[in-house]
Amino acid sequence: MSKKNIQILSGTEAAALAAKLCKVEVVAAYPITPQSKIPEKLSKYVEKGELKAEFVLVESEHSALGVCISASLAGARAFTATCANGLLYMSEQVHWAAGSRVPVVMCVANRGVGAPWTILNDQQDTISQRDAGWIQLYCRNNQEILDTVIQAFIIAEELFVPIMVCFDGFVLSHTNMPVEVPDSDDIASIIPPYKPVLDITDSKHIVNINPVTFSTPRPSANGEIQPSYMGLRKRLNEALILALTTIPRVDALFEKKFNRTTGGLLWEYMVEDAEVILLSMGSLTSEAEVAADALRQNNIKAGVIGVRCYRPFPGEAIRKSLQHADYVAVFEKDISYGHEGALCSDIKSALYGTSSQPQIMGFIAGIGGKDVKARELQQATMDLIDGRITESPVWINLTV
Amino acid sequence: MNKNLRKPIWAASTLAKGEGGATGDWRSHRPVLNKEKCTVVLRNKPVCHLCWLYCPEIVISRTIPPEIDLLYCKGCGICAKECPVDAISMELEEKD
Repeated sequence: MSKKNIQILSGTEAAALAAKLCKVEVVAAYPITPQSKIPEKLSKYVEKGELKAEFVLVESEHSALGVCISASLAGARAFTATCANGLLYMSEQVHWAAGSRVPVVMCVANRGVGAPWTILNDQQDTISQRDAGWIQLYCRNNQEILDTVIQAFIIAEELFVPIMVCFDGFVLSHTNMPVEVPDSDDIASIIPPYKPVLDITDSKHIVNINPVTFSTPRPSANGEIQPSYMGLRKRLNEALILALTTIPRVDALFEKKFNRTTGGLLWEYMVEDAEVILLSMGSLTSEAEVAADALRQNNIKAGVIGVRCYRPFPGEAIRKSLQHADYVAVFEKDISYGHEGALCSDIKSALYGTSSQPQIMGFIAGIGGKDVKARELQQATMDLIDGRITESPVWINLTV
Repeated sequence: MNKNLRKPIWAASTLAKGEGGATGDWRSHRPVLNKEKCTVVLRNKPVCHLCWLYCPEIVISRTIPPEIDLLYCKGCGICAKECPVDAISMELEEKD
């Protein structure tokens, strides 16, 4: 293997570079902090002739995804990026993309949702889009952003499911880190060319895509039975369930080629003998590792699980990873209002009916850019172990 | 595409008569062609044919005279509206 190409990149730069390495053919995105640098970088690549892609200027996020859906249906590899209220503004097209089964890859630089306005980080934006039918992958660091965008195109184009590559705004998007950048020829060797479901540009076989679909199956003009609306919904769900095997396989392929792993479905750190698990998503996972190291120094057997793949939900992997845990502290940057953190509910449901019943506690952290320190995660975990917790979920480091 | 995906994975239809089902029973008004006014019939040539062109269900033939397939015609009335010589009228369907 040739000498490693290590560059100092921000999260947005890593995302844009990854899209370039995947030779995306259509980019349509609307600027929104902290994502803006992704389309800015890509427009520069296109202008300089380094990337042969159509960069479509749009007037909104709704149009941005609309362009990507159309381009993808027509057979082009399409990429976009957004976050927060921009993501919610395109929400109608987010559902449309999944129903159209287009393998669009979209980066989301996670940001808190207004009102009131914040430009700072939490994960409420993507969690609110959880049930749209997209695969959601969360990144721990900038290397994972680059690697995940590349893997996302392979997974999406195999399953015909769009993928959100989620990473924390500012914490990763605007933080520079060393990132190992793969060779573009090596990337080309693991990403097959994108083949659409059918060639819709063929004027001899004009098709009407996404016609009104009723609750009962119907015969097409040539006599083939077409699925009902509910039947198509079940197929989408089946594709996401299938992703639970595709995602680790693609990560293994990537590891074989580039000698590093994202963990596939879960990132696990010192879980083998852990009695206490700090469980999280995104950059909080990196913070939790520091906390676990500190807990180990105090003779607490702590480990960390980072949920990399949030949808589809890796229930089986979670069950396996938590089978010896006595305590699970779930740290997350979202809240399902009137209940608890969305991830915490999912972890509890994954363990329902199994013999392992650790004490699970939900912690809400880092909402709207609230700083989260490793020592706070460490303290929260000790509070759980020592039985000092009186509210649920616990809002970490919040005074007023 | 992954071999384990159940097909078809999405909703798509070809442009063909009857693709929307037997939509004739949607009809409240039936298009009736007055051959004494129809340009195609009067000139005995495949001219005009705007009814054929505008029909969204592709149920009007490009023939002399134009034929309307009532099994699929949902009675939208676009042909009657577009006919430049008012050769098509929409008449109330008789209830059974």
